[in-house]
Amino acid sequence: MATMAMTNMFASDQLAAVGGLRPGEVTTGTTIMAVEFDGGVIIGADSRTTTGAYIANRVTDKLTKVTEHIYCCRSGSAADTQAIADIVKYHLDFNRMEMGEEPRVHTAANVFKEMCYDHRDSLSAGIIVAGWDKRGGGQVFSVPIGGMLQRGPFAIGGSGSTYLYGYVDAMFKPDMKQEDCLKFVSNAVALAISRDGSSGGIIRMAAITKNGVERFTLTGDQLPKFYEDN
Amino acid sequence: MKTIVRIPCVTTTSISNMAACAELPAGGFVFENCQRNKFLESQGYKVPKAYKTGTTICGLVYKDGIVLGADTRATEDTIVADKNCAKIHYISSNIYCCGAGTAADTEMTTQLISSELELHRLNTGRQPRVCTANRLLKQMLFRYHGYIGAALVLGGVDSTGPHLYSIWPHGSTDKLPFVTMGSGSLAAMATFEDRYKADLSRDEAMKLVRDAICAGIFNDLGSGSNVDLCVITKDKVDYIRPYEEANKKGVRQGKYRYDRGTTVVISSEVKKVELEVIDTEVRAVPMET
Repeated sequence: MATMAMTNMFASDQLAAVGGLRPGEVTTGTTIMAVEFDGGVIIGADSRTTTGAYIANRVTDKLTKVTEHIYCCRSGSAADTQAIADIVKYHLDFNRMEMGEEPRVHTAANVFKEMCYDHRDSLSAGIIVAGWDKRGGGQVFSVPIGGMLQRGPFAIGGSGSTYLYGYVDAMFKPDMKQEDCLKFVSNAVALAISRDGSSGGIIRMAAITKNGVERFTLTGDQLPKFYEDN
Repeated sequence: MKTIVRIPCVTTTSISNMAACAELPAGGFVFENCQRNKFLESQGYKVPKAYKTGTTICGLVYKDGIVLGADTRATEDTIVADKNCAKIHYISSNIYCCGAGTAADTEMTTQLISSELELHRLNTGRQPRVCTANRLLKQMLFRYHGYIGAALVLGGVDSTGPHLYSIWPHGSTDKLPFVTMGSGSLAAMATFEDRYKADLSRDEAMKLVRDAICAGIFNDLGSGSNVDLCVITKDKVDYIRPYEEANKKGVRQGKYRYDRGTTVVISSEVKKVELEVIDTEVRAVPMET
């Protein structure tokens, strides 16, 4: 039954769907980010989901596990990204059983890309796939709306990311250590939160290395502070 | 009865083939009529109106389990269609679901998933889990792209503990310690945000849910009438309907009928009115045996 539900998931592509969010839909307004470092990746996100001007969930977890060492950061439509992540998790589970080893980050990113590209007319999902595998170490892949796949040393996404392009271009340094990456991500997300109305709440981060996943949460006073006129 | 819905699928990706399954039976909801309906609408035919539950529904996790609450007003635009409708639906013996949005959609969706879950329970031999009900609901709602207007608060206690989910019509879900949905959700959420704490006692939890629903009833036009409550714990379920009759019908203060004899008859006259036969018609009516 679960399989049938999933293969029918996107069947209404033929529906005249506007490539964008439908009225009344819940969106992860969002700021998401991922950075590669030697030994793994750091991922981070805010925690706000909105329906129009109402915050449906102020403590959302946008960092979703797809395998033990691979996570995805979700932005865009909450329903679309949750459904996609569930399907990808299912496929990667199969992949793990077939291969006899943990799936590679590149594989996970490609599964996301297949889904997002093939159904690009009816989906509104901007995803960052990041994780660690033993062949390539830490890797970050960006799958924005439309279904392109791009690997990079870091990636930003979501409505709040528009305010970060300058900051990340200026502040990113290759070969950072885990602690520096954490600072980099938390500062960036905090800046986006302060400027983007659709981002807010707490900052959730995770460090994915060969040892597994370590999660961090920054709430209230722990959020990095910048210039405030008071 | 398990109803499997088939939607004509134009694209078949490699992934769909990988997860290929048995032939799906025909019938069920199709989108083929959408164009025709749009055309009819443009020709002036009115779309049949859906009967909405204006609604305030909410739920919270307390020390021993879940408390779900709902108002009891169902509206058709500005008219109250039902003053005492039941918005807390049975999913399984340990899982209940409050529904806001289109009344028919919430009713049918919860019944469908309740049926699927019962079959699943017989198949697995285990008490169903709340996360299973959540998956079934979200996957169905996602498939219909928000056209099934069901906004749900799903709560229950299973072998892994108490769980509470809010499910939106497009198929996104949030797992939280307290949730509200419906037109009165903002008023109810304000109450929850002010007074919710982890590990409330049963009475505190029931009072808080009742207050949240009342906030919706008295401040939202789409919600009203009574408060229904459902308390779910590991061992039992208390379906309290009504928990409180917040809006009792008033007693009429006086009579508005005039007694016979109030107007005095002074005189009476009988007149014959001549009626002309204009048309005669003879029709054969088949006899029904």
